[in-house]
Amino acid sequence: MTPVLSEDQAKEAVSKYKKLLKDAGCKIVHEEAWGLKKLAYPIQKKTTGFYHLIEFQGAGTVIADLELTFKRDEKIIRYLTVALDKHAIAYSEKRRNKKLKKDLVAS
Amino acid sequence: MAENTSEIRYLTPAAVEVKKKKYCRFKKSGIKYIDYKDPNFLLKFVNEQGKLLPRRLTGTSLKYQRKVAQAVKRARHIAVMPYVADMMK
Repeated sequence: MTPVLSEDQAKEAVSKYKKLLKDAGCKIVHEEAWGLKKLAYPIQKKTTGFYHLIEFQGAGTVIADLELTFKRDEKIIRYLTVALDKHAIAYSEKRRNKKLKKDLVAS
Repeated sequence: MAENTSEIRYLTPAAVEVKKKKYCRFKKSGIKYIDYKDPNFLLKFVNEQGKLLPRRLTGTSLKYQRKVAQAVKRARHIAVMPYVADMMK
């Protein structure tokens, strides 16, 4: 979720992981690029990072594989995989709709 | 003189503390999921040092306190919130 400071490489890394998920037969429900954000505390002597959120659906066996690649990838300095319960799914749907509306108003 | 002592007058009326009933804000407003990605909301459950506030102070019910704790810990992990801080607010 948090690759290190480098611009186009961040996008590249994201697409790589999206491909990994798709190859594993996962459905990507939603994704959000937060862009460069300041970290609340330094991680590996870095004070900023790219945030990217991917919401996906698939078999649980993918997780181990995904986390392993995260660990091996030097670009990822921090990641978090979370299981969503029904409330969380409802929440993220609501959030998405809100965002869509905001974008519509802005454009 | 005796009258004087029996009739003590206060400059300000003695404050009678009316206990405000605490309530769980999640139960009240129907929030079912606490987002770890939203630091501004989580800030309400944390003191200036970034420590979790007890239920005794926030009035959160046990069920949601657990979720708050989980969310704060996740937020800390992804560096959306600090582990240690002073003057957060």
